[in-house]
Amino acid sequence: MIRIKEHKVAIQFNDVYFSYGDIEVLRDVSFHIHEGEFVTLVGANGAGKTTVLKLILGLVDPQRGKIEVFGKSPQYASINVGYIPQNINLDSNFPITVEEVVKMGLLNGFYREKPMKSLEDVERALEIADIKDLRKRSYTALSGGQRRRVLVARALVSNPRMLVLDEPTANMDVESERKLFSVLGDLKRKTTILIVTHDTGFVSALTDVVLCIGKSFEKMHNVIRHALEPVKDKPSDLYSGRVARVLHNTELPDNLNCCLR
Amino acid sequence: MNFFTELFNPSVPFIRNAFIASLLSSVLFGVLGSIVSVKRIAGLAGAISHAVLGGIGIALFLSVNKIIPNFPPILGAIIFAVITAIIIAFVSLKAKQREDTVINALWAIGMSVGVVFIAKTPEYVDPMSYLFGNILLISNESLILLAILDLIVLFLSIRYYRQIEASAFDEEFARTRGINTDLIFVILLIVTAISVVLLQTFVGIVMVIAMLTLPSGTSAYFSKNLSGMMISSTALSILFSFSGLFLSWQLNLPSGAMVVIVSGVVFLLFSLIKLK
Repeated sequence: MIRIKEHKVAIQFNDVYFSYGDIEVLRDVSFHIHEGEFVTLVGANGAGKTTVLKLILGLVDPQRGKIEVFGKSPQYASINVGYIPQNINLDSNFPITVEEVVKMGLLNGFYREKPMKSLEDVERALEIADIKDLRKRSYTALSGGQRRRVLVARALVSNPRMLVLDEPTANMDVESERKLFSVLGDLKRKTTILIVTHDTGFVSALTDVVLCIGKSFEKMHNVIRHALEPVKDKPSDLYSGRVARVLHNTELPDNLNCCLR
Repeated sequence: MNFFTELFNPSVPFIRNAFIASLLSSVLFGVLGSIVSVKRIAGLAGAISHAVLGGIGIALFLSVNKIIPNFPPILGAIIFAVITAIIIAFVSLKAKQREDTVINALWAIGMSVGVVFIAKTPEYVDPMSYLFGNILLISNESLILLAILDLIVLFLSIRYYRQIEASAFDEEFARTRGINTDLIFVILLIVTAISVVLLQTFVGIVMVIAMLTLPSGTSAYFSKNLSGMMISSTALSILFSFSGLFLSWQLNLPSGAMVVIVSGVVFLLFSLIKLK
């Protein structure tokens, strides 16, 4: 495992508290990740993974504590983040082509887009996600794996500083999963990558940092950094065969001394 | 009398006005209707269209009783429609858990208030004409207002097409791209409410919602994208409106109802073909 030292902070949570009414989800959560790191956030269903993502994307606000993404509040930073949601089965009757879905990633508030620049960016994103031949197809006519790749292209089209993927391997065939992790492997170091998954035992071997969240761990409603070890005996259909085991009995400190401020 | 010769007969201007109104209404039915359909807010639009009767009733009462001198009822109806849309938008955004109950209550209260105020208006107007439309009530003033609303809707939907499309397709993602999706939602409901006021003379409050959903629902069966859906459902609306007007003239039947029946039959035929 490669440790990235003396890097700028990409995400920082300071004593963050969040609840849905009386249901406590996060209590005094503090962690940080660096720019260029490949981070996997693991936790059981209902542990609060999606809440952490929503906080990072500025879709919800914490009741207490502070969150910074690239040194800004999440609402202002989300334009620099490419988000790939868990739900790929958006409205099944929505009339929209693959190219139009990808272009959505170039939106910046109510500003107009620059047509020439957007054309180049869309071409590049379609190429990276390997969906050039699908561009005129209807999004709703695609398979689960193809839809996921379209949403990857939509997230990449704006050249984001960080890519956030929520359960990216759900509903995905082996071939699509291989292609996705190949794309992520190429992006590693150039872009900060945060993957969220419910598989608490194993993560992709591309992972630099693993963060665990939730009730199945010693600290309730918290996010803890664990160590990883490479695994060679796992079946090749998981994360295209490059897998690491999460060592839940280790707890790495969240030490900000390593960071450039 | 032949429908087509009467269309150009200056002594019966209401036929010509009905023809122009159906053209101008079709832009709203097609463009606004497509957004209402893909945004899946037909239920909310239905509540707004019915609650708007309250505004129309209050505006008529204030105008006829000269409580506010020189107060045009149409202006009053538009003001109350905007207020209704803002209340419904607020309830929908803030009271998620009880949304259905509250929206249905607003629907019923709005209509009841309308019936009470219309009944208490001295020159009693039959509420039926507001509910089911009355083509004879289409004035030149209504046509000008419809044309202005068409221009506003066309401008907003062309200029902010991508933002509207994104907020309807994947609202969460649109928000991460810095788009204020709540603002789009509120403006959409306000425009829908104003449209209902201006369209009710043509097809009536009860049937406006049908015309906002049937042509767009039909074109959704063959459109590849939202802009295609907007264009084809506008064309379908023109076709349905003209056919409805023609049939109502030939068979001496209410025009608004005939327009909706034609639209509904075509929609059901498309649904049957697609189900096979």
